Formats: sequence, structure tokens, C-alpha cells
Amino acid sequence: MVEDNSIRFLLNGQIVCVTPDDPHMSLLQYIREQAALCGTKEGCAEGDCGACTLVVGKIIDGEIKYRALNACILLLAQIHGCEVITVEGLQGEDGALHPVQQALVEFHGSQCGFCTPGFVMSLYAHYRNQLPNDRQSLKIALAGNLCRCTGYGPIIAAGQAMYGYPKPVEPDSLKILQTITGTPQQDERLFAPTTETDLQELLQKYPDAVLWAGGTDAGLWLSKHLQDISSIILLGNIPELDFIRDDESGLHIGATIRYADVIELCADKWPAMGEVMRRIGSTQIRNSGTIGGNIANGSPIGDMAPMLITMDARLNLASAEGIREILLENYFLEYGKQDLRPGEYIHSIFIPKPARDIIFHAWKISKRFDQDISAVLGAFSYERKKGRINNLRIAYGGMAAIPRRAFLAEQALEGTCADDTSIAQACQALIRDFTPLDDMRASAKYREQVAKALLNKAFQDNPVSLATDKYQYE
Amino acid sequence: MSESVKNVGQPMEHDSALAHVTGQALYVDDLAEPADMLHLAFGRSTQAHAKILSMDLSKVRDFPGVTAVFCAKDITGKNDVSPMAGDDPLFAEDTVIYHGQALFVVAASSQRIARKAARLASITYQELPAILDIAAARHANSRLEDTQIMSAGNAREAILSASHIVSGCLNTGAQDHFYLEGQIAVAIPGEAQRIKVISSTQHPSEVQAGIAHVLARASNKITVEVRRMGGGFGGKETQALLIAAAAALVADKTGRAAKLRLDRDDDMAMTGKRHGFEMSYRAAVDEQGKILGIEMDLASDCGCSTDLSPAINDRAMFHADNAYFLPNITIRSERFRTNKVSATAFRGFGGPQGMMLIERVMDHIASEMKLDPLTVRQRNFYSKDNNITPYGQQVHDFEIPELVEELVKTSDYKTRRQQISKWNQGQQLKKRGISLTPVKFGISFTTTFLNQAGALLHVYRDGSVALNHGGTEMGQGLFIKVAQIVADVFGLPVTAIENSPTTTDKVPNTSATAASSGSDLNGMAAYIAANTIRDRLEELIISKHNCTKDQIVFADGHICFPGGKMTFAELAELAYLSRISLSSTGFYATPDIFYDRKTHKGKPFLYYACGAAVSEVEIDIATGESRVLRVDILHSTGKPLNPAIDLGQIEGGFIQGMGWLTSEEICFDDKGKLTTHAPSTYKIPTAADRPDYFNTALFNSKYEEPKTIGSSKAVGEPPFMLAISVHSALRAAIADARQHKDFTPLNAPATPQNILSELLAK
Ligand SMILES: Cc1cc2nc3c(=O)[nH]c(=O)nc-3n(C[C@H](O)[C@H](O)[C@H](O)COP(=O)(O)OP(=O)(O)OC[C@H]3O[C@@H](n4cnc5c(N)ncnc54)[C@H](O)[C@@H]3O)c2cc1C
Ligand code: FES
Ligand code: FES
Repeated sequence: MVEDNSIRFLLNGQIVCVTPDDPHMSLLQYIREQAALCGTKEGCAEGDCGACTLVVGKIIDGEIKYRALNACILLLAQIHGCEVITVEGLQGEDGALHPVQQALVEFHGSQCGFCTPGFVMSLYAHYRNQLPNDRQSLKIALAGNLCRCTGYGPIIAAGQAMYGYPKPVEPDSLKILQTITGTPQQDERLFAPTTETDLQELLQKYPDAVLWAGGTDAGLWLSKHLQDISSIILLGNIPELDFIRDDESGLHIGATIRYADVIELCADKWPAMGEVMRRIGSTQIRNSGTIGGNIANGSPIGDMAPMLITMDARLNLASAEGIREILLENYFLEYGKQDLRPGEYIHSIFIPKPARDIIFHAWKISKRFDQDISAVLGAFSYERKKGRINNLRIAYGGMAAIPRRAFLAEQALEGTCADDTSIAQACQALIRDFTPLDDMRASAKYREQVAKALLNKAFQDNPVSLATDKYQYE
Repeated sequence: MSESVKNVGQPMEHDSALAHVTGQALYVDDLAEPADMLHLAFGRSTQAHAKILSMDLSKVRDFPGVTAVFCAKDITGKNDVSPMAGDDPLFAEDTVIYHGQALFVVAASSQRIARKAARLASITYQELPAILDIAAARHANSRLEDTQIMSAGNAREAILSASHIVSGCLNTGAQDHFYLEGQIAVAIPGEAQRIKVISSTQHPSEVQAGIAHVLARASNKITVEVRRMGGGFGGKETQALLIAAAAALVADKTGRAAKLRLDRDDDMAMTGKRHGFEMSYRAAVDEQGKILGIEMDLASDCGCSTDLSPAINDRAMFHADNAYFLPNITIRSERFRTNKVSATAFRGFGGPQGMMLIERVMDHIASEMKLDPLTVRQRNFYSKDNNITPYGQQVHDFEIPELVEELVKTSDYKTRRQQISKWNQGQQLKKRGISLTPVKFGISFTTTFLNQAGALLHVYRDGSVALNHGGTEMGQGLFIKVAQIVADVFGLPVTAIENSPTTTDKVPNTSATAASSGSDLNGMAAYIAANTIRDRLEELIISKHNCTKDQIVFADGHICFPGGKMTFAELAELAYLSRISLSSTGFYATPDIFYDRKTHKGKPFLYYACGAAVSEVEIDIATGESRVLRVDILHSTGKPLNPAIDLGQIEGGFIQGMGWLTSEEICFDDKGKLTTHAPSTYKIPTAADRPDYFNTALFNSKYEEPKTIGSSKAVGEPPFMLAISVHSALRAAIADARQHKDFTPLNAPATPQNILSELLAK
């Protein structure tokens, strides 16, 4: 394979080599407009409907890992060196349907059919990874695919049946993928550094360049807001940012680690955090979005920051000058403004090992359980020593222009037994702590009410959550 | 003439299922693009109500890649894309009447360029007072038409003399269709001023006529085609014309093919939604909970233009009785004009709002009289003697009492209701609720003349059959159902019938595929066409083989008659050689329906579709979050044409209705700008919202009525309203949490915020 600067990948078994006129072209644009594979649809161009879902295989630790992704907010350049499978690529050479397709036909899983290729691909990713196909797992896998016709029943039923068909032989693409080398670097509009040193140099030279991790935020600037970005620096090809280290001191998460990579680890350590993470975006978003990106964007409604703030997390900010560590809670200065200096980027997040008997709660409140942005996210961590609350940290998202601690509420409760009076006082303090947002997701009043409700929950013995409680039908 | 293997009644898969799952099904945006095609985007108003003082489009025109820009003054014909009233301009002229209204269209070499350029217009407005809700419209007396009154008996008198009165209010929100495929059309110019338009529309004939008006051209110059839509739900009934007309205008002006595909935000901001309603009621009841008399007030936000609002609001009135006999009733219906995008058809067409109101009344009566809401409902059902609707139609063959009784058993409603009540007592943090609500939905367009349909059928010499009719396929399974009907007439497998795209030059002057009547009307038209051909074939056999009509059997691809047997293909070839026409049209007009809109009396419906659902829900009383835990549905589609398709419609309709009543909230800011204009902010149900316990069954109807194909019943809209049980159950859970202090109202949608606000209400 020649070492040129084209974007090279495997598309339904064929190596393709593209140098797009627009280096910021999305994968969906390429697939529909250039490759004329029109099975993959556009339903929203913002990662929310799943109509553009396709499966991308990437070599990780010597084998290909397949994941469902939204093509509408993915740059073509991001899939350099990957295997892309679209709905057109599933049938066997003899034209035989793949089991997921067969099952969808037999269970009447399509009506208008527009969402169907997206569902096929989400199910295919599930099938390819041989993940459990109980209802709950399938619902998690499919919550990022909207269907307005079927009510989902037949699609879930198809998922439950898909392992019952003869398993097709999938071609092994590892060898071919390994032949693809080089980077997808284009001209000044798109860089794809492979080391931190290169990244630091680029940032010195192009301080206004947009860093691009998963692109689940930044992708919308192109697809929805039609922005012209002068240059983009992809972070996805830098192994130094792509690490998880779980040691004595705590958990170190590289900036480009995707939700999907750490969700299980986090859920093991802190079930409440795992549950919130499971509800961030959809499977497709979690397969692409990074924790670094979630923090870097400084959003007041990002889900990770409040949780990490209560866990006393630190950020490692790196630049050509070196690394500086700051408290995550000090990173957010004001709306749209963070403590990130020119030339700096987030290198990693560090969550110190918490005290052994720490109590940690986090709840995400939104109009819809899955795939929705929080109206309010409340996170709480404390220890209880002889009935008294110690080391209490409370942080909220959606309650201010930045994710922030509720200092006054913390004061009202610290050292108390979290009796009704103290909690009531803390609730009063919350009002002074925050000026909640007021928008189409929720009114300021509701946010305030819910913030108080969550604070109450945090000190109950067995707090309930409809999002997590499994319904046992007696 | 008994056919052995019948297609009708079989749970056949959707005719495009294979194409859907392989990505081969072509939607408008997937068709190969003609060379040189232009891509379009609308320029939209950024004010809800304003005079346009100046519109400078030079920056738009000069943007690299832009070919042309057109606005109102470029229209040769009429600047109108309304279905009838003449108040929906294609492009605003001197005044804008809603935020997002089309001002001009840009044609460019790519969609991205067109959309970017469209944002560069510099427009100066003089802001006018904008009416953004019903209260403001009432204050300004801004109405589409006079208040309509439907009444029977004497409600006032009944209320004055009653000992028990219940009264209250209920608001239901708007809803976006959120079809997965957004609005789109491609217009291709041809010779002699002809234009072919491929449109994602439920109403090709209206798109054709509308374009003819805009271009000042005869309808025979315009052909509109649609193979399939990626969902419609009423949103592509009148709304598709705006998009198609703009594309046709550009194609006509430039002589180049033009495609207009609305981006999701544009689609949601520019096209109509379900009407938001504000309603109130006052009912007199006896000790048994029976309604003696009732007054209902329905007010709707129709948005900026007439569109189909009169008929939609009429249908709300038609369904304010739902399954109940209301001998003394006055329904007042006000239709308000506001400065929002014009509200339009959406599955149920006003019916859901009217039905929500009477179901609320039932819950209120039950609470007041301390009865099981189900008992109150049952006591008020129509019955043999009490069977006249407020509009004077008799309710025949009323399936609901029996159907509900069966559902009560299969869902174990009574035991569960008790268990829930007990469970709730032991719970501080969560509460559950359960409710059973019925649906009776009138089938037929209430505008009588719309109840007509045409089909065109060709049999080729090889025995293959090409089927065409005026109905459009949007996922509801119309094509397979009609093909099943035709296949049975010829004794063929359904695979022998080829569905061809709905096209105005094959079947003219069609009605919209709407009002759930697609298969009733088009199925009948195709049945008639098929029988015309079959009659000819039978006569041919009779003339050659000297037998009688009833000795001829069409079955399993063969035709048998005394002394002979041949394949359908052989018969087709024989007919061809005998110079017999193998092509026929079919035409059907629903008999025996009429309606006088002046008095609101008549027999507007051919029959009623019925069903019922039990929903059980749970709420978190601290946060207002809720979840549907279990759903049991029993629904009648008469003798179903295709039970698999029908089940799909029922479950899909239910979940869509559940979305309307729970998570789907349409919000505007105080300037009249839609703030929920994309799936990031507008939340339709996901797979995770579907309860695991979801039992759907078809009611085994014993009635031979209605006079439809095989006594089947329409299924498109009615199941949507089964979801009212969810809302009713949520209200019940809240009421339990409030220990039935007083009657708990709950508006729709029941978002966590709205639920919490009721829980905390003083
Ligand atoms: C459909 C959908 C659903 C979503 N749901 C949720 C949700 O439920 N909860 C939630 O919190 N978020 C949600 N998001 C937002 C988004 O997915 C997350 O914030 C995600 O974590 C962003 O990560 P990313 O890698 O995709 O960021 P990118 O889009 O790549 O980048 C985001 C921003 O961070 C900057 N950036 C990225 N990495 C670095 C770095 N290492 N150093 C400095 N700057 C950097 C980028 O320049 C950019 O400004 C959703 C998004 C979509 C499209
Ligand atoms: S088009 Fe909707 S998620 Fe990509
Ligand atoms: S089948 Fe129509 S959106 Fe899913």
C-alpha cells in the first residue's frame, strides 16, 4: 500500500482510497453521495435518530473490534484504517440474508422501512459481538435508533430470535486492515498527529485549530450549524491519550477514552456512575464520545463533570510546556470559558481512589430515560461516621452556567446526621447556591424542585430510581 | 367458486420487507440524480408576525455555487399551497405570519451550499404583535371560523337539575409527526412545459393540482409520483405541497431538475403539527355515575392558516362522546388563529383530543362518586337502546362492551387494581396506577365527497399483474393488503401482483391516503377492477367451454372449469389472442354516508373501529419521572385483511400515542420560535420506553358488518388513542400519591415536570 495522504479504509470488503475535496466531509456524505450506498439514511444529521448507523471495525490489541456508529457526525477521516460495514454489506455471496435481516423480515420489524437499515446495523453490531440478547440488553443497544412506526416490539423480538439462525461465516479482515498505514492527514484543514509531541507542535502553530476527539459534539458544528472550520486536529490516532490505568492511586483515564471503553470498569467501582454513563447518549454515541470531550466542551449540562467533581477528580492539562494538574472543579470558569491555555489540551483525567466506605449517588433527570440530555444531574459523595456526614461533596449539572458544587448546601449538612432539619436547611441553601437554567428541557422551578428531591434521596437508605429499578411483575 | 389458499386474512410480511432490511428500498433522496440537478433550501422568516420592509438577497445570490434565488414575485400562477382556503402562501409576500415561514428558495450545486447561502439574506422587519397562544387569540378574537356547536337533548337543563356536578379543564399539547424521512421532493422538467415530481406525499393529487396552480398550468402537464414514504402520519397530507411546489417552481424556471430535502430543523419549524387543545367540561351525573347531561368546550390552536383545521376540529367533536351515550350534550368548538406554524392532520385528526376530554370526565366522575372508573365507563357505554350519537348517527354492532369484558379478564384488571392500591399504601417513594380506556373511532372522511377511490389494473400476457391505485404507501402496509385482495380475485399468490408507484397519470383525482380509509377505499376500487377483468375472463371461458360462471374456479394459479384446467398465464394469453381487454380501472364511492355541517347532523361514518387498552404505570413522586410497566390491548380490525400488519399498526400507534401524552413536548419561546426543533430536544419514545409486558391481541369479532372487503376494519388511526389509558393511569397514580385530597387534573404531555407540578400542587 502506498504511503500517501489519502483516507484509506475497507468498505464492505473493498479497500477504498479517497482524497475528498472537503477534508471535513462526513462519513455519511461519502457513503450516500460518493459511494452511492443509499441504504444508510439521514434522519437528523445530529446523532440522535440512528438512521445513519453503520458498523465500524477498528484494530484494538491485535483484533478487530466492531462498533455501531452514527455516520452523520463522523468525519470520513476518522475511519482511516478501519473497516466500514453498511447495510449493503451484510448479505452473503449467494444473496442470503444475514440472521438479523432474516429475523426482522420474519418478525415484521419494518413498516415504512426508513429506520430499518439503522436498526439492522445496530443489531448487527450486537450480533457480531455476540452480546446477550435479552430484552434489557437489546433495549440498551437500540435506544439510539428511533422508529416512529413499529413501537419497537417486533424489532426487539427479532433481536431475541437472531441467534437462532445458522451463523454466517464473516470474512476476516484483519490482514487487509493491517496493510493500511499512514495517516489521513489532508492539508491545513485536517491534521492527524500520531504522537503527543506532534500534537503539541501543531497546537503551537495553529492555536485556533479545533481538537476533535469523538466528534459527537463537534460533528454537529459541521452537520447542523454548517460552520467553516479552518483546521481540525484529530486526536484519535494518538496512543498516548488512549489509555486506562487503574492503580493504587486511583483511576487514570486518557482523554480519548470512549464511554464504551470504561463504562464497565466505572460501573464496577461506582454503580451509580455506571448507570448514568449507560444513559449518556446512545450506544452509538457512547462508542464514539469521549470523557475528555465531555469535560472539554465545558457544557453546563454535560453528565460526567458533576460526578467527577464530587469524586475530587483532577485534570491533567498538557502542552509543549509540560503538564499541569488542576482540580476538575476549577476547570470550569464561567459559561463557555474554561481554564485551558492556548496550546493546551486535556491529556487525562484522574479519579483518586476514594475512601473505602464512601457513599456515592448520582441521578440524571430528563424528559426521556434514554438518549436525552439532563435537565438536572445531581451527584453526591460522602462518608458516614457514627451517623455523621463527613467529606460531603455535592455537585449539579443544569443548575448553573457551569457544572458546580453546592457549597452552601454542603456546609449545611457537613457534620450533621442528615436529619430532616439539616436536609431542609441544605435544600434552602441550594436556592442560594444556584440560579438554574430555564429552557425547553425544564423550567428553572422544576430544576430547583428536582435538585432538592435528589438531595433528599441522597440521604435515604434505599433511594429509588425509575431509571434503574427493574420492574418485577408479580 | 371456493378458493383454496387465500391471501386475505394471512399474516403476510410487508411487500417491501426484503428491500427494507437490505437497504434496497428507494426513498426520494435515494433515487439516482439527473445530471446537473439543483439542490434547494428555503430562506425562513425569523419573526412570528412582521411586515417585511425590505429583503436584500444579493449575498445569497452571490454565494459561490448558487445558481438562482426565487421568491413570491417569481411565481407566475397563484402564490398559494393551501388545501382549500387560499391562506398558505408558498412564499411570504409583505407580511410573515409565523416564525420559520418560507421567504424564498435558493438553488445551488449542493444542499450544503444552498442551506448556507439561505442564511445570508438580509431582511428588515417591522415587528407586529404576535399571537402565540389560545388565550391571546381569544383576547384578540383571532378565529379561523365561527364557533361550531354540536348538540343533542338539553344539556343545560340536565345540569341545572342534577345533584352531582363535575367540572374541570384539560389541555393537550401539540405533537410533531417525526416521520423518520423528512419532507422531500424532486422535480424534473420535461418537454412541452411538463413537469414530473417525485414527492414524499400522502396526497399526490393535491400536490399535482397545487403545483398546477402555482405554475398557472393545466393539471395534465404535471405528474406526481410516490413509491413510498418514510412515514407520514398525516404530516405529508397537505404539508408536502410546500416542498414540492418550491421544487417544481425551480425546475420550471431553470429547466433543471431540482431537489428540495428539508433538513430536520427546517422540517420541524416549517411544517404543521397536531393541534394543541384547551378544553373544559361540566357534567351532571346520577348516583350510578351515569352522565345525565354534559357541556364541553373545545378550543384549539390552529396556527397561522386554515389548512384542514375545520375538519380536524369537527372530528374532535365527533369523538367527544367516544364510547359513551350522552343524550344531553352541547359541544362548543372554537378554532383560533395564531402566529405559529399551521396545525395540520396527524393520526386521529382531532379525535384523540376529543376522546381525551370524555375519558377525563369518566375519571373525574369515578373519583367524585368513589367508583371504579371502569364501572363508570361501562355504565355509560352505548347500548342497544341508547345508541344515538350527538350528531345523530346510530351506533350499530357496538363491539366495545364485549371487548372490554374480555380484556378485563385477559389483563386481570380487577385483581391488579386491588393489588396496586395495596402496594401503593406500602410505598412512600413510588406510586402505581392502572387504567382501562376504550376507543371507538369513526371511519370515513367526514367531508363526504372525499370518500372515493380509483384503481388501475393490468394483466400481461404472461399472467403477471400490475396493480396501481390512488393510495400511497407510508409503511402502513396498504400495498400488501390491496395486493392480497387482488391476488385472491385471480386465485394467484400475492407475489404475482406487482405494486407500482402511486402516480397521478395512472389514477386521477384521488383523495389523500388518510382517515384510516386507505385499504377500505383503495382495496375496494382494486377489487372492483380485478373483478371486471375476471368477469371478462370468465365470459371467455364460458363462450369456449360452454359452462356456467359458478363452475369456474380461480385457485392456486390455475383456472378450473368442467372439462379443463389452465394456468392463469395461459388464460391471459388466450384472452389476449381473443382480443379481450386485460386492463381495467376500478372506482369506489362509499355508499350511504352523509353529513350536514350546518347542523352537525348526519351519518358521517360507514362504521366504527373499536378497541381498548389497560395500562399500568409507575411514578417517582420526588422527581415526577414515570414509566409504563405493562400494557394489554384488545383491538378489533373486524375480520383482519392481514393480522401481522394490523398488529404492527396497533402497537406502533399505541407507542406514538404514548409519546404524545408523555415525553413529546412542543415548546415555543416568547418570540414564537420553536425551541424543540430536532430530536435532541423533542423526545419521541425509544425502544427502552416500550414496556416489557406488552400483550396485544385482535378481538375475534362476531359481526359481519361493515360492508368492507371481507368485513375488515380500518386500523391506521384508532390504536393511537389506546394510549389514553397511559395518561389516565398516570393521573390515577398521582391521585393516589395525593391521597385523593381532591380531584387531580393532569395535562398532556405528562412530562416529569408536569407530573411533579401536580404532585406538589396545593
Ligand atoms: C445524540 C447525542 C446525545 C448526547 N447525549 C449526551 C448525554 O446524555 N450526556 C452528555 O453529557 N453528553 C451528551 N452528548 C454530548 C457528547 O456526546 C458528549 O459531551 C461527549 O462526551 C463529547 O465527546 P467527544 O469526544 O465526542 O467530543 P468532541 O465532539 O470531539 O469534542 C467536544 C469539544 O471538546 C474539545 N475537546 C475534545 N477533546 C479534547 C481534549 N483532549 N482537550 C481539549 N479539548 C478537547 C473539542 O475541541 C470540542 O470543543 C450527546 C451528544 C449527542 C450527539
Ligand atoms: S442521521 Fe440521525 S443519527 Fe445520524
Ligand atoms: S419503520 Fe418507519 S420509522 Fe421505523
